[in-house]
Amino acid sequence: MPFNQKPQKFNAKINTVTIGSGDKTVALGGNSTFPFYSFDAPTENTAKVGVEITDMGLEGVSEGIKAYYEGATTMADIAKKAAAMEGADFVALVLEGGDPNGENKSVDELIAIVKEVADAVDCPLVVEGCKNVEKDAELLPKVAEVLQGRNVLILAEKEENYKAIGAAAGLAYNQIVGAESAVDINLAKQLNVVTTQLGVNAQKIVMNIGSACAGYGYEYVVSTMDRIKGAALGQNDNMLQMPIITPVASETWGVKEASASEADMPEWGPQDERGIDMEIMTAAADLAAGSDAVILRHPQSVATISKMIKALA
Amino acid sequence: MALNGIQIFKLTPKKNCKECGCPTCMAFSMKVAQGAMKIEQCPHMSEDAIASLSEATAPPMKTIKIGTGDGEFTLGGETVLFRHEKTFVSKTRYAVALCTCMDDAAVDAKIKEIPKVDYERIGERMYAELVYVNCSEDADAAKYTALVEKAAGIGRTLVLGCTDPEIAKAALAVCKDSKPVLNGANASNYEAMNAVAAEAGVVLGVSGKDINELYDTVAALEKLGNKNLVLDVTGADLKETFANAVLVRRAALKDQDRTFGYPSIVNTVKIAKGDVHMQAALASLFTMKYGSIIVMEQMTYAEALPLYGLRQNVFTDPQKPMKVEPGIYPLNGADENSLVVTTVDFALTYFVVSGELERSGVPLNLVINDAGGLSVLTSWAAGKFSGNSISKFIIENVEPKVKCRKLLIPGKVAVLKGDLEAKLPGWEIIVGPREAVQLVKFLKDMQA
Ligand code: SF4
Repeated sequence: MPFNQKPQKFNAKINTVTIGSGDKTVALGGNSTFPFYSFDAPTENTAKVGVEITDMGLEGVSEGIKAYYEGATTMADIAKKAAAMEGADFVALVLEGGDPNGENKSVDELIAIVKEVADAVDCPLVVEGCKNVEKDAELLPKVAEVLQGRNVLILAEKEENYKAIGAAAGLAYNQIVGAESAVDINLAKQLNVVTTQLGVNAQKIVMNIGSACAGYGYEYVVSTMDRIKGAALGQNDNMLQMPIITPVASETWGVKEASASEADMPEWGPQDERGIDMEIMTAAADLAAGSDAVILRHPQSVATISKMIKALA
Repeated sequence: MALNGIQIFKLTPKKNCKECGCPTCMAFSMKVAQGAMKIEQCPHMSEDAIASLSEATAPPMKTIKIGTGDGEFTLGGETVLFRHEKTFVSKTRYAVALCTCMDDAAVDAKIKEIPKVDYERIGERMYAELVYVNCSEDADAAKYTALVEKAAGIGRTLVLGCTDPEIAKAALAVCKDSKPVLNGANASNYEAMNAVAAEAGVVLGVSGKDINELYDTVAALEKLGNKNLVLDVTGADLKETFANAVLVRRAALKDQDRTFGYPSIVNTVKIAKGDVHMQAALASLFTMKYGSIIVMEQMTYAEALPLYGLRQNVFTDPQKPMKVEPGIYPLNGADENSLVVTTVDFALTYFVVSGELERSGVPLNLVINDAGGLSVLTSWAAGKFSGNSISKFIIENVEPKVKCRKLLIPGKVAVLKGDLEAKLPGWEIIVGPREAVQLVKFLKDMQA
């Protein structure tokens, strides 16, 4: 008896959400299979790779990343180089300097950077807040306002501030709303439900279901994504059919395996290599579990992950 | 796919002779269906009936053992496709590749490099458990056997990648007692390879030019009586390899097709030769999706630190949290005069907190006590992270070893401050931040 290959067909699919404007756009989601299961049904859109830059410039980044951006002195320069990276589909600007427990930059100062970056590149943009819920509630609506017409993804509203951010990004300024929850299928769904109740179009929401670095409670990420994709496709749950974007770099570059210097941990070898592999392996696992887009920092990681995605398509 | 009582009853001789201890064959069949009795307890069962029953009640994926002693590993035996359904039971094992195509210097360098990565993470030893020894087309038995002997010297379990039965036989003569895998059967040589593997008593790896040929070859080997197999699902490229890995596992577990109910080998060296970063990506991808053995060109700390962490996470029991051993963990070169910090033993909390503490650069003693493997608030609510439990541990284990009398507690359990001050005379209790990310700033401010 020959092998009887049984495809797993679903009568549902992940929403397609397009970010960017003009002829520079990328489509996230749209597939009706588990990630990379192109043997079950054709792939509508391949997963996308974003390059992370921050308002803090090149402060604290690894040697290899610094080398790539050599000569870039302004945020505009950095953004241009990020957009030109091999394998990059979009640029993700993180406004981490806004954190009141950190640099505590003012909203005006950050908005100036947002404008500088947006003017420098015409690729699709993702703008991430500083993670402080009060500051983001003030900052991200302004970002949505000044980038009107660019169709950017605003990351992210959370349970605590979805009204301010979701309404500004999704209703007032017609951007894409990023909805961030903490690795739990029910919390992810709940946030989508309340966001659509504000009047935001479900087709204009992208989820960040929460992320972790490989080795750091990563099993929760795997199972949450497995279950979300299972419910979205298998049960046609339209409150879980939003594409998933996962900021990888911000999780992986902070852990000691990636950040410890070679001087401190000589047996571990070069820091840059550890950072790259931590980023690559976490991203590959995210994509295998269900991320429709990942955000990375190192040019080697961006090139490798983008190549892997294309080889699997 | 368990059979029900009626299906089992149809296979019994229906004598109702009571020799099995049951009043009727029907009663016996019901007990077998429930798992209370074994089919062999009826002395009158025909061989055919026993065979078809054991086939029907066998697990969908075989458990295959390779190696010996410390190097013995269990592959396969999985029952689910997703870890939230039930725990994945057999961890992915990683093999570093050696090849007769490498020059001596490259082989020696690799052999020196492999043992360098060997460390412990949350109670688990992390190292490359396997060495893959590949025999290239042009190598002869002497050359291959010499390489196998060299590889065996590292003391890791071997996987022999060799499709020539004569060469394989020669190589097994020097290493078969350590129970290596012989990965080399295919459609054109499976009979001879089967004889070699059977004679040496080792697991046989099977491959095919596509998934259909793989299937047919496995079926043919099973017909020869060999069910001690692993399936090399590596295809011509990444896309085919991923499809094979998923389709084989899914056919076995979802569609109950036992011909594919075996562990897998994924050889990233074949599909991403020379590209160590791509191999890193693929090691992660195939750890997530159904690689039992993954072959790579190298396992340095750059690969090991993320990969073993990922594997440890993916293969945990979803019902059981990972815990850190209670104890005093000195960070940043702490000594007996350094500040004492405490948090719970939940591995995720421990890693996040210790990571931030290390980032601060401030020398301190991180004290971990048994808190049930729960997060700070949950274990506090459950009474497992309390004034009593913390003070008891400090008095018994910390006071004899540490001179500093300042204790930093998580901000989320600020309510414990008063209780701890009462129970720990002489100690200054400091309430830390609520979130780990605020620790660096908090500690720096404290120093200032
Ligand atoms: S021993 Fe076998 S034949 Fe006899 S009663 Fe039991 S099941 Fe029936």
